[in-house]
Amino acid sequence: MNVRLYVWQRGTAALMVPLVALHLAVIFYATRQDLSAADILTRTRGSIAWGGYYGLFVAAVSIHAAIGVRNVLAEWLPLTDRRAGQLAVAFGLLLAVLGFRAVAAVVL
Amino acid sequence: MSEASSELRVSLWRGGAEGRYETYRVPRRDSQTVLDVVTYVQRHIDPTLSYRFACRVGMCGSCAMTVNGRPRWTCRTHVAKVAGSGALEIGPLENLPVIKDLATDMAPFFEKWREAKGAFAPSRTRTDPMPRIRPDSPARIAADAAIECINCGVCYAACDTVRWNGGYLGPAALNRAWTLVNDERDAGNAARLQAVAASGGCHACHSHQSCQEHCPLSLDPTASIAGLKRRTAVAYLKGELKP
Repeated sequence: MNVRLYVWQRGTAALMVPLVALHLAVIFYATRQDLSAADILTRTRGSIAWGGYYGLFVAAVSIHAAIGVRNVLAEWLPLTDRRAGQLAVAFGLLLAVLGFRAVAAVVL
Repeated sequence: MSEASSELRVSLWRGGAEGRYETYRVPRRDSQTVLDVVTYVQRHIDPTLSYRFACRVGMCGSCAMTVNGRPRWTCRTHVAKVAGSGALEIGPLENLPVIKDLATDMAPFFEKWREAKGAFAPSRTRTDPMPRIRPDSPARIAADAAIECINCGVCYAACDTVRWNGGYLGPAALNRAWTLVNDERDAGNAARLQAVAASGGCHACHSHQSCQEHCPLSLDPTASIAGLKRRTAVAYLKGELKP
């Protein structure tokens, strides 16, 4: 890992601290209030705030996890840095597609 | 002293990378060090045994070996501390090529020292006045905390990241770089920060702290590496580094 990847990974980690905290609070609130799927979708459909919040979350997770996976691949498998980077980018893109698809499903 | 404790069973690595452990019987003595044991075998049992030492007082850093599974400086390691059962297994340092028996090739270790720009880069000539460095300045305090490294290679042998990542500079080289980053007289920090911020540099460290745990001088290379991580991250964000 070089300094550029380090800054991105630590930066996305710092960004996720409040995002994870709020996400957990939302989970507790939804379960405590016995919100149904329909109740939740009523609140999230068309919401720019929820779309932006979880969209940012997905972007941070995709970058952060991909850099971590790149390090694991580079250290544990006989891959070049370039090859490990390519696989990590593919993994990050997969997370981003799945994540943004889920966000779109509750917001659009 | 009982019969059982009057003699040590000593397994020594013999051969190169493909060698094996051979067992010797060595008399146990008071205040005996692991280096004393190795020396006894070479002088009284098998003169072909190869190992490395120089000062015998913990200053030169040349006698480090793997003792009962842990890297240690053998001249300052008392047998009583590590061989309670009367058995010693002594091998060459890990993470370095074995030349023969207990002697490793330290060249990769010192090459990484050079890659990390571990040499002082003077900013003045001999005709300039001596710079005045305040002992209580934060930079001097940071350098002081790391400066006593004797390059024994114990931290390098103990480091999991070195084991997994052959390109990693390792704790000793990065610790040295940190002392120079904090040396106000040094003029080589641009190249040094560039070197330690690259792939295989300080950011490869997982902070397992094995270097700190095993360092015979109780230095904390993990803290030095953390300092380099902070310093290089700030330099990168300021646009001073090109990874």
